[in-house]
Amino acid sequence: MTESWISCEEVVESLFEYLDRELDNHTSVEIERHLERCHDCFSRAEFERRLRERIADSGQQQAPEQLRRRIRDMLERF
Amino acid sequence: MTASNRRRETLAVSKQRRDQFEQEVTRLMDRLYGTALRLARNPDDAEDVVAETVSNAWKKLDQLENPAHMEGWLFRILHHTFVSHWRRRQCRQAQEVDIEPEESGVRFSLFEKLHQPFLLWWGAPEREFVNALLQEDIRRAIDNLPDCFRLVIVLVEIEGYSYEEVSRLLDLPLGTVRSRVSRARGLLQKALWNQGREAGLAKCCNPAAGTSSGGDV
Repeated sequence: MTESWISCEEVVESLFEYLDRELDNHTSVEIERHLERCHDCFSRAEFERRLRERIADSGQQQAPEQLRRRIRDMLERF
Repeated sequence: MTASNRRRETLAVSKQRRDQFEQEVTRLMDRLYGTALRLARNPDDAEDVVAETVSNAWKKLDQLENPAHMEGWLFRILHHTFVSHWRRRQCRQAQEVDIEPEESGVRFSLFEKLHQPFLLWWGAPEREFVNALLQEDIRRAIDNLPDCFRLVIVLVEIEGYSYEEVSRLLDLPLGTVRSRVSRARGLLQKALWNQGREAGLAKCCNPAAGTSSGGDV
């Protein structure tokens, strides 16, 4: 039985969908196996993961005091 | 159980749920506001979206079957509230928001710009670049994306929505969501590259990258 190997080009092409968990299980496992043995693709995946974390963190921003007051007043009226 | 006991129990449950609602809204306020601000870009609009979200959520509180899911439920209401605001605004401004800008076809990879394979394990300029980016740089890059791209980036990258969920929320075909997410990432990475270069963060960029498929800027 021959094992199919996914190429670097295919990994790069599908990397974002892999990180978004949008791929089927079989393709995801193939990519994981590739990342275990390919340093360049692993570095790329780690880079994109780290960038995503930074982007996700940007969703947190201190709410202004006037908004907190507005919401408190609203909750008291409920 | 007597009618008065049932009433006491209902009041206790409703008091418990109300307290939990208040606690969750207070705890999540920074994230609710931050997400609304990334979506709306404008602080006044973001505040209105959060206030309307809290009001809508309160009205629907009885529909929440499992109080443990309140956080995800609140964010879903926030996204729906924003999309309604956004659609109303687009109607007022009579803009064709679904038309993607011409430059949207650009494929850009920050990694290809920064990575230096010959450094092997001893250095990683791409990691240094990402770590040196300020939250303000990232927010500015997201805020400058055209609406159609900003929305999908916020929903997928910040909120962790699946493409299917974004497709339902924005009423777009799945294939459109898939291609927008991909293009939005290219534009976002290109903006971060430009900002990083202006800030002097890309001193050690890959000299061969300008000729790669990522294209130059």
